[in-house]
Amino acid sequence: MNEVLSTDVAIIGAGPIGLFAVFELGLLDIKAHLIDILPKAGGQCAELYPEKPIYDIPGFPVVSGQELVDNLMKQIHPFGPKFHLGEMVERVEVAGTAERPLFRIGTDNEKTIEAKSVFIAAGGGSFQPKKPPIPGLDAYENKSVFYSVRKMEHFRDRRVVIVGGGDSALDWALNLHPIAKRITLVHRRDAFRAAPHSVNAMRELVNTGDMEFVLGQVTAVKGEDGQLSALMIRRENGEHYDHPCDDMMPFFGLTMKLGPIAGWGINLHENLIPVDTAKFETSVPGVFAIGDINTYPGKLKLILSGFHEATLAAQRAHHYVYPDKKLTFQYTTSSTSLQRKLGVS
Amino acid sequence: MTKVTYIDASGQSRTVEAQIGSTVMETALRNSIPGIEAECGGACACATCHVYVAPEWAEATGKASQMEEDMLDFAFEVRPTSRLSCQIKVAEALDGLVVTTPAKQG
Repeated sequence: MNEVLSTDVAIIGAGPIGLFAVFELGLLDIKAHLIDILPKAGGQCAELYPEKPIYDIPGFPVVSGQELVDNLMKQIHPFGPKFHLGEMVERVEVAGTAERPLFRIGTDNEKTIEAKSVFIAAGGGSFQPKKPPIPGLDAYENKSVFYSVRKMEHFRDRRVVIVGGGDSALDWALNLHPIAKRITLVHRRDAFRAAPHSVNAMRELVNTGDMEFVLGQVTAVKGEDGQLSALMIRRENGEHYDHPCDDMMPFFGLTMKLGPIAGWGINLHENLIPVDTAKFETSVPGVFAIGDINTYPGKLKLILSGFHEATLAAQRAHHYVYPDKKLTFQYTTSSTSLQRKLGVS
Repeated sequence: MTKVTYIDASGQSRTVEAQIGSTVMETALRNSIPGIEAECGGACACATCHVYVAPEWAEATGKASQMEEDMLDFAFEVRPTSRLSCQIKVAEALDGLVVTTPAKQG
């Protein structure tokens, strides 16, 4: 695609802190783009605990993860942030000078975003598929073991084993069924947490012999040069057998990994980014780290602390975006100029 | 004081004191027990605090709830006494509980 976009601040991570940063930047006339590997905004709040009540957001005696995200989306709406969802930032390249930096952010979707400042609000890192602890599995990844489907055609006329019992496993079993030579679903129990209509559709195909269901767990892989020939499966009764196959797709949900951040030339300390507590700036001028991903003396991984960090980082980012303008501090309660930006004046 | 013993995948055993009412996951984190990640912080939403309850304690800890069983689908190497340690509350009746942590959580 090689699209090149331009903005004031690129925010990596669309969790609650990244979202609130849009608000604080917006008040200062700073435009923002957000990039997140998840297909939706909200980060952990939306992915891990949308229904879990949170009790320590100031002014909200109780609010669920999803409600908080919905409210933040409403709050930042006047500033028209641009979202790049389902994309992972692979590169952050520094161009320009320390005084007037320019950054080029490259995503795995071949997009390039140019920005005057970067906010890393990546929480615990990026959500990536959990990889089963099967010895030697890495050698097969992206050749005959896949955690997502990029090209359906790859699976044409192949014997595919799908492991798991959730929506991803069931959806792909059903979607690949017309293309693949044979689909086998392997799950540890005869119960599924997927949508009932998917489970029914799968059971019907199993009943007619058009799909196979094996109650068990994969314990080993066999093959050569990255190409699987069989999986060793342990059935519920403890018996092992070899199941011939060409491809395997394990679906065990997502986990947080630091990911490519380690390669961006920013100082790290135990997978966290050290920042100062006046500007929340990293070792690279113009790059800020806010929320769970940063560390400083007394750091607490709280959403409310992240909001404060975003606010102070935005003040400093103004210096990079408008180097010649003086920043005057204003309140939303009394400033008509701020109220105009919020669309309430 | 109630005690809980954690045995890691290499067989090393660590016994710590646990507060009644706290969970086996919280007790592990408070005592820096390796092998329990608890990414979601105890919301029964991630399956990274998976443990194997020692068979002799399986009856006392009880069975996993429906929601916990669903979440155990995201754990690796699930066995009959697999539980999520954020869903086991320490009680007097569990004094001496023994759990084993799996080789890999996430």
